[in-house]
Amino acid sequence: MNSLHLIRKNLGRKKTRTLLTLLSVIVAFILFALLNALNHAYRLGLDLAGADRLITMHKVSFIQPLPMSYVNRISAIDGVQHIAHYSWFGAYYQDPKAQFGLFPTELETLRQVYPEFQIDQQQWQQLLQTRTGLLVGELMMRNNGWEIGQRLPLGSTIYPQQNGEYFWDFEIVATYQGVGDGSDELQAYMHYDYFNEARAFGQDSIGWIVTKIADPANSEGITRLIDERFANSSTETKTSSEKGWIAGFAAQFGNIGLMVMAILACVFFTLLLVSGNAMAQSVRERTNELAVMKTIGFTDQRVVRLVLGESLCLALLGGLLGLLMGYLIIGGARTAMAQFLPGLAMTPQTVLIGLILALLLGLVTGLIPGVRAMRLNVVEALARR
Amino acid sequence: MSKGAVQVTQVVKNFHKGKEKVEVLHGLELTVPSGDFVAMMGPSGSGKTTLLNLIGGLDQPSAGEIRVDNMRIDDLSSRQLAHWRAEQVGFIFQFYNLLPVLTAQSNVELPLLLKKMSRQERRERVLNALKIVGLEDRAKHYPRELSGGQEQRVAIARAIVSDPSLLLADEPTGDLDRETADEILQLLKVLNETHGKTIIMVTHDPAAAAYAKRIVQLDKGRLAEAA
Repeated sequence: MNSLHLIRKNLGRKKTRTLLTLLSVIVAFILFALLNALNHAYRLGLDLAGADRLITMHKVSFIQPLPMSYVNRISAIDGVQHIAHYSWFGAYYQDPKAQFGLFPTELETLRQVYPEFQIDQQQWQQLLQTRTGLLVGELMMRNNGWEIGQRLPLGSTIYPQQNGEYFWDFEIVATYQGVGDGSDELQAYMHYDYFNEARAFGQDSIGWIVTKIADPANSEGITRLIDERFANSSTETKTSSEKGWIAGFAAQFGNIGLMVMAILACVFFTLLLVSGNAMAQSVRERTNELAVMKTIGFTDQRVVRLVLGESLCLALLGGLLGLLMGYLIIGGARTAMAQFLPGLAMTPQTVLIGLILALLLGLVTGLIPGVRAMRLNVVEALARR
Repeated sequence: MSKGAVQVTQVVKNFHKGKEKVEVLHGLELTVPSGDFVAMMGPSGSGKTTLLNLIGGLDQPSAGEIRVDNMRIDDLSSRQLAHWRAEQVGFIFQFYNLLPVLTAQSNVELPLLLKKMSRQERRERVLNALKIVGLEDRAKHYPRELSGGQEQRVAIARAIVSDPSLLLADEPTGDLDRETADEILQLLKVLNETHGKTIIMVTHDPAAAAYAKRIVQLDKGRLAEAA
């Protein structure tokens, strides 16, 4: 027998209570893992956003088009290194409710602005020569079971062709890989020329412009220059850093980070009360036994350690199981929700914070009963019997 | 002084009931030589258990001096007292006070967790203690699976497993029938005579006190007489 055996025996004393307390800790940590994964998914774009990229869109809304001529006018600004423009196609494959990001762009510029895209050189050359060619993210390829060379009819919820047909013919010519865990491989890119010449309306308009600048330190000045250039025109612009743009986009859903923090604070406060009460009750019921242990020579400090050991075991076990179950749930949800939340993942930081929280939970819930056990007057406790 | 000898000198113990100060022991003097078996008797409230707690280092006197094996224990810190109790004293309670979640063997082993000792040595000492009280075949039983007498035997085994020189028993037979009580008292007698333990036993029962070598009577916080 050792102290650990004693702790285990004490935890098993009231199995139902221990189990329910453990379950409440597990559920709280599952929630912690899931909400953090959600927060991570929303923040992912922010983390991956380049500091040297600016995004220019219509001042009113990013769904309002910009004139194509803006591309040349921005590229004339000092400090601009590369420039690319994108539009929203409103693409879907078979099911109109399942839209995905298909962006008409001048593909030559894509890798200049986003050098992190990893594309096979042979496929890339083929793509540049194929008017109806598609560049598709590898995860998207896997999810749909698509193959290179496959002909693919894709619908647009916005743009019909000039013949009135909403379905467009494509051929998958190349695939790309993103960099880092959770990068968005659920998008596709097509030739702007094909799009622009065949669409029934909106010729020579684009959705937004991405500008790669030579020195991120000049970001603020170039941002101002771009917007000043189009000020007082019929199509004014709003330029921001890529990070700011993504943050603004995410903010449409509200402050996810704050919401996650608020929910978790409520959950952990409740958990603190629940498990703290369970621990306090458990120790209260053992007043006589603790007095006996002190009588036979257990020091106050040793008794505190035993009580803290129990609360720490409960919190750490519950925390670990909760994080593990959260990890499994996130793993399952990751594939199912990949279209909406490509970055859904449990980060090492979440595991670390989770373990620290479990440690704190164990210490705090064991502290009050532990101190009470330490201060227990042996003579009074024995006389109570 | 040799092993287990107790010297109580001019001990006063006060308690506070609200604002009122109550003196329970009034300058009490008691000498228990090594190897003695003393029964402490007296009416309820006479201060028997209070004196036993003071000798066992569970409480500290308001005035006076307590020495065990010539070591003054009344001025030790709470931590020092805990270590001292673990080494020098075995306690036997009226209601056995075993931990219900532990087997007889683990209950007896409990005081040995405080000592640096190999697992094997601990096991040997536990089995030896259980053998002395005649319960080696009940080692794996939980307290709920034992009779009252057997539980008290386990409690005695727990008290002697560290080989203390002094055993303090507070009404050790108060919860037992006559026959079982006699078995327990006989066991205490053996521990005193054969194993050389100094025993101080608080009891209301004259039949139990008869097992002791000496009886001291307490009345209203003073030593009334010695038999």
